[in-house]
Amino acid sequence: MNNKTREPLFHIAKRAALPWYRTWAIRGGALVLALIVCALITTLVTGENPLQVYVAIFKGSFGTSRKVWVLLQNVAMLLCVSLAVTPAFRMRCWNLGGEGQALIGGLAAAACMILLPGKLPNWAVIVCMTVSSILAGAVWAGIPALFKARWNTNETLFTLMMNYVATQLVAYYCVVWESPKGSGNIGIINPNTQIGWFPQIGSYKYLLNILIVAAVCVAMYIYLNFSKHGYEIAVVGESERTARYVGIKVDRVIIRTMLLSGAVCGLAGLLLVGSTNHTLTPTIVDGRGFTAVMVSWLAKFNPVWMILTSFLLVFLSRGAGEIATRFSLNQSFGDILTGVILFFIIGSEFFINYRIIFRRPAGKED
Amino acid sequence: MFDFISFIPRAVVQGIPLLLGSTGETLTEKSGNLNLGIPGVMYVGAICGVIGSFFYEQSHPGDAFQPLVGILIPLCCCLIGSLLMGLLYCFLTVTLRANQNVTGLAITTFGVGFGNFFGGSLIKLSGSSLPSIILTPTSNAFRRSLPLSPALAGSWFGKLFLSYGFLAYIAVIIALTAAYVLSRTRTGLHLRAVGESPNTADAAGINVARYKYAATCLGSVIAGLGGLYYVMDYASGVWTNDAFGDRGWLAIALVIFTIWRPNVGVLASFLFGGLYILHMYIPSGMNLAIKEIYKMAPYVVTIIVLIITSMRNKREDQPPASLGLAYFREER
Repeated sequence: MNNKTREPLFHIAKRAALPWYRTWAIRGGALVLALIVCALITTLVTGENPLQVYVAIFKGSFGTSRKVWVLLQNVAMLLCVSLAVTPAFRMRCWNLGGEGQALIGGLAAAACMILLPGKLPNWAVIVCMTVSSILAGAVWAGIPALFKARWNTNETLFTLMMNYVATQLVAYYCVVWESPKGSGNIGIINPNTQIGWFPQIGSYKYLLNILIVAAVCVAMYIYLNFSKHGYEIAVVGESERTARYVGIKVDRVIIRTMLLSGAVCGLAGLLLVGSTNHTLTPTIVDGRGFTAVMVSWLAKFNPVWMILTSFLLVFLSRGAGEIATRFSLNQSFGDILTGVILFFIIGSEFFINYRIIFRRPAGKED
Repeated sequence: MFDFISFIPRAVVQGIPLLLGSTGETLTEKSGNLNLGIPGVMYVGAICGVIGSFFYEQSHPGDAFQPLVGILIPLCCCLIGSLLMGLLYCFLTVTLRANQNVTGLAITTFGVGFGNFFGGSLIKLSGSSLPSIILTPTSNAFRRSLPLSPALAGSWFGKLFLSYGFLAYIAVIIALTAAYVLSRTRTGLHLRAVGESPNTADAAGINVARYKYAATCLGSVIAGLGGLYYVMDYASGVWTNDAFGDRGWLAIALVIFTIWRPNVGVLASFLFGGLYILHMYIPSGMNLAIKEIYKMAPYVVTIIVLIITSMRNKREDQPPASLGLAYFREER
């Protein structure tokens, strides 16, 4: 070797695929590290024993049966939006508009609940709600997709902007349909007749949502892994040129996948309005459209792993909420902890995909 | 008659945080990093400034308050806070090659949470007896405009051009400087090369990682200043949780609207500021709902610009070609 060129201390090389238990060991390690850092932060802020903090987090999520149901319901809703954005992500089409698509779905559902009673029987109202909110979500995602397919308009920025258009549209209708007058929000829709409210299974208010989302999850897993469409999505995501070469109509796949993505988001909005809250506010989706991006990515776009990652994020935010209440801190404390944990998990992906090769000591050559 | 003399200064004041945010994001995007963490960075910049000046005001009440120190402390805190966020983003996306969208959204979650947490708990944590964070002396120092004769200050010229705090002028200077550096200097050329094709830039001997780090950190610092301007000047030193709202996303929208040109951003940000407050100036009578539709305007305008630029497909109007992609030398 030429003496003038100095070999750097280390260099980075791409790894071949690791066995699954090692990748999950790395992620688990990152999570443990993150939890230690979070405990340190919490101790610094509250001055409490970190173990007690974790007991509080656990109690915040599993303390009572009501809390468990709320936890499961939140996991289901987050999972639903995450499942929705996943097909687009597999295609490397960054749909950051889950928030807006779900909101529009919710708006369509609320519109049916407010305008249709008296004209149609209850079951027909529910059918109308379902159809219209799924359609509305699909249209909201279809607009950016159309421009992406035809003119290659940047979908990340387009869908992002569509979120705010949707928010303002909902804010507009919140004032139009306000009740009581002058309050600026809609309040519970049809509180007496309960028209358009989804039926309750037994005494479990949230069970229906959870079952629907579980069904969507299984369907999405099968669609992505075992159907021709799923295969086409994967090929377009890996290489658009290859897809074109083997005769896949890329434009068509983009539009179809985004429509599906929006439709499932619309379903999430429908569940939020029709089944959970029975009202509509501009913040009803509660940032899930953005959290879903992280859920989906953390699970490597695999619907089954997403159950785990969405559970993790909801568990943490509910637990952090409990800490905040217990130590009378601000509720935003949960966002800080979530952020720290995300940073660690995001960083850990590097060690799964790459390895660091250190310089060999001088004189040793192989 | 539409009152332009009172409308325009308010539009400008609304526009300055957007201008700083979008100038920072433009620099970042020119290096190929799509930093969706800008809203979070602006929150962090704002709250770090608030924390700095809060403790300074606590320790120097009344006459002991030095306006110059009162400006420098929050300014430094803000710069350090937003620099750290920029470094974190760079470390994750450039060194560890993580996905930029996910990292950016995580930064936003963290930053907004950080801002709201300390904004809401600062008083409790510091054990002071104040009811809320109101930093009037610091804000007065930030808002002080040029010492003008009353006649000039009252004229339309004074109101339109000379009525702002010093950060507003700095924002315009930063934007114009950034535009000059990007389009007229060798550094700017190298930076654009890194954003368009890091492979080519690397082959030409440009240190891709260093440029990405420098541009993204500088961009974060500038964006953080936007947050500081908002809380110290626009909001008169009063911190309210979530008051900053969606301005961070609007700053990202502005980057697209200006097709990655900070000098266009100066006027465009004032236009956006105007669109943002248009609903207060358009007489709508009793129809409150229609105001919500007017608030949609900046986003709709951005979407239209996004569509038009992609349809015209002119080469100089496109986003940097490698925007959003991590660079790894051994990959092709």
